[in-house]
Formats: sequence, structure tokens, C-alpha cells
Amino acid sequence: MNDMTPPEAAPADLFSKFDAMIETRRSLLATGVTDPFSLVMEKVLSPTTAICNGRETILLGTYNYMGMTFDPDVIAAGKQALDDYGSGTTGSRVLNGTYAGHRAVEEALKDFYAMDHAMVFSTGYQANLGIISTIAGKGDYIVLDIDSHASIWDGCKMGDAEVVPFKHNDIEAMEKRLRRIPEGAGKLVVLEGVYSMLGDIAPLKEMIRIAKSYGAMVLVDEAHSMGFIGANGRGVAEDQGVLDNVDFVIGTFSKSVGTVGGFCVSNHPKFEIMRLVCRPYVFTASLPPSVVATAATSIRKLMHAGNKRAHLWENSRTLHKALTGLGFKLGTEEPQSAIIAVIMPDLERGAMMWEALLREGLYVNLARPPATPAGMTLLRCSLCAEHSAEQVQIIAGMFERAGKSVGII
Amino acid sequence: MDRAATAARIAEVIEPFNKNGIAIDETTSFAGDLEWDSLTVMDFVAAIEDEFDIIISMNQQAEIETYGQLIDAVTKLQG
Repeated sequence: MNDMTPPEAAPADLFSKFDAMIETRRSLLATGVTDPFSLVMEKVLSPTTAICNGRETILLGTYNYMGMTFDPDVIAAGKQALDDYGSGTTGSRVLNGTYAGHRAVEEALKDFYAMDHAMVFSTGYQANLGIISTIAGKGDYIVLDIDSHASIWDGCKMGDAEVVPFKHNDIEAMEKRLRRIPEGAGKLVVLEGVYSMLGDIAPLKEMIRIAKSYGAMVLVDEAHSMGFIGANGRGVAEDQGVLDNVDFVIGTFSKSVGTVGGFCVSNHPKFEIMRLVCRPYVFTASLPPSVVATAATSIRKLMHAGNKRAHLWENSRTLHKALTGLGFKLGTEEPQSAIIAVIMPDLERGAMMWEALLREGLYVNLARPPATPAGMTLLRCSLCAEHSAEQVQIIAGMFERAGKSVGII
Repeated sequence: MDRAATAARIAEVIEPFNKNGIAIDETTSFAGDLEWDSLTVMDFVAAIEDEFDIIISMNQQAEIETYGQLIDAVTKLQG
């Protein structure tokens, strides 16, 4: 035998690393519970109702905060763009994939945030992935909250910067890490306005003040606040009066805006160079013309949505109070956003409760590790400005019956 | 601080985290032998960082699998 003869060992199965998750899933489904991760919306009737398993279901887990998905102006803009520009661009933004609509939606974002630059990505995930991995390079430091979204972590992993996490919303822990960074190194602090698992907000005012005092640039992901937090719906940084000190706001079209796509807005004078150096922007096809047309129309309508904002907050407060009154354990003591996280004792009872709610005619998100902090299982509810006051009462009744049947309350 | 003095201080910091009282030597692995979950790892790293006033980035943590490697890294990071 010479060295070139391949060994005759059986090939290692690259899927072995998923065995633990396969077993968790198998044992959960063996209890007879409906698979919470393969629900099909057979027909969508409105921002708040759909047909699931043949029955009408109230949607309480969509992030469709402002209910723009069926807005008549938004739909009309999308149809017109399909007719005028076709079904897709088949190209990168830097080649053949920038149509008038892509520029128009970036103009709408600049107006919405009153900022100098806006760059639209094909998804919110790619916006974080692209901006973070590109601006923080070798020798730079990224200081970020440990509960950051997967897209932020993946952006850190894709880049070459040193990654330094701190305990969730812990101002002192963040400051200690900033203080220890070697002099002269570039620093990027990454925060979120609303953390989507528990629905809690960040103390941005104090955190950004400290970050700036250490010479850091600040990026804030406002995915879960756009459209309804802050006087103009610009997010938690606006609400706390510190938007002027944020270097980069990351956002998404797949929540309040009601379609798909992601963006970064900034006042940095050199920001436009991002379009040439940011690989998740360059090496992917741009959004379809109908998507950017619906997004631009929706964003401009969200600038004047004061009444809807007020109603969404009312819904959030009402449901939070009702669920607390019923004895459920929630992610925050007071409602801080349009997300209400109901903490489940474990995955099995969480899945049972999820199924009981679905039988009642209510859809919520079942969230479990590793997406959740501290190994928690959550039933995550996101309210919509289009939920009627009556629907919120119906939802509370469904939670009461389901909670009692599963034995959680 | 030399390696021996660093090791002695790390031994004190790790004590409250070693809830199962596992005997720790230089080859003890954090994931395998101590079976720490990611939250415990984060709290422990923060405690070590505070004790020595250093940063151990995620990138550096990825290189530290055993107790001995941690002592080496902390000794080096103090400069």
C-alpha cells in the first residue's frame, strides 16, 4: 500500500451533529402534539386573521404591527409595479438591479428617518450581516448585547473584528468592556431598540452616551420598533431622544412595513461607499419591483399613522393586563413594546399550550432555545394595530381556557 | 503576574462556578468535563475579565478549551 490509497473506513455522517435536535423533536412529536414549526396558512383573510387547518384563526404572532399588508394603497402600488416593471430584477443593485422603485424606497426611508443616506438590502438579516461584517474589520472591536438577534451574531462571525458580548441591557458590563479595549482600536457598539424575545426595550439613552464617551460608533437595530415607537415612529432611540447620536440604524420591511427587505440609514458622510464594499449587498439579487413599491408606499403612510400607533399601544396594554390578571408569567412587568412574551414552564407544556391555543383559533409563535435567552420556552405574542378591541378580549378568553386545560394557570 | 500566581487567582474565581465539585487540573475541559452551558460560560468569562481587568473576546474564547489553556491565555493577556 502506498500513501495514496484511500482508507476503507465508513464515511463520517456530517448530520451526526444534529442528532440531539432530531431526538428532541422526535420525543416532542411522540407526545402527540401538533408540530408547532410546520403550520400552513391556507388562506390569509386580513392582517389579523387567516385560515389554518381549515378554520378561521386570529393571528397574534406575525410582527405585522401596523397591519399594512392589506392596505389598499400598498396593494395598488405593488400591482402597478408588477405591470410596469415585471416580476423581478434578476440582478444585483450595483449592476442591473436598481430600478426607479429602489431609489424611491430609499428616498422614503431618508424622509422617514430624516437622515442623509439609506441603503436597502434584500432582507433585514442581510442588512445586519452586511453592515456589521463590513464596517468592523481586523483589529476593531464589536461590543454587543448577549441577547442580540442571530443576524447580528452572524454579522460578527462573518467579519474579522474581535467580538465582545456583555450581559443583556447591563450598562455597567458594557462600560467595563469599552474601558478595557486597547487605545486606538476601532469600536462598534451594537444594540437593539426592542429585544424580540421578551419584548423589552434597551436603556439606549445611557448606553449610547457611554458608548460615545469611549469614542465608539453605535449601531441600533430598530426592527421591532419602527412605525410605532417614538413620536415619528423612528424607534426607541427617537423615543429616548438619542437618535442623533446613533451612527447606523438597521431596520426591516418584514414587520411594520408589511413586506420583505432590510435597510440601513445613516448620516455618515462616507456612507455611500458601502454600496461597493458590502458583499451581502453586492452579491445578491435586488428586491422585486412590486416589493419596493409596496414598501415605499407603506413607509410614507407610516409617517402619518398616529391614530394606529395609539390603538396598537392600547392593545398591548390591554392584553398585558389581562394575561397578568389571569396569572400568566410575562417577559416584562409592564408592556414596553407590541410584543408580549408568555413564559412557559418547559418545552413540552409550551407546545401543549401552543396547540390548545390553535384549537381555540389563535396563532402565536412558539419560541424555544437557542433563539430564546436563558433556555426559556416562550409563547410570543405580537399585537397589530388592526386587532380590534373586541379581538383582544377574545384572545384573553382563549388564553384563559387554554391555560386552564393545560394546567399552566 | 506570573503563571503560578495567575493560576491561583483563577482557582479562586472558578470555585463558585464548579457546582458539582469536579476535580480540576490543566487538562479539564469546560464543555466536556464541567458541562457548562453558554450562560455559565458567559458569567464565568465576565468574572475572569473583572478579576484581571482584561478582555477575552469571543474569538479568543474559541481557542480556550481547557483549564490550562485559560491560565495561559490570561497570563498572556495581562501583558
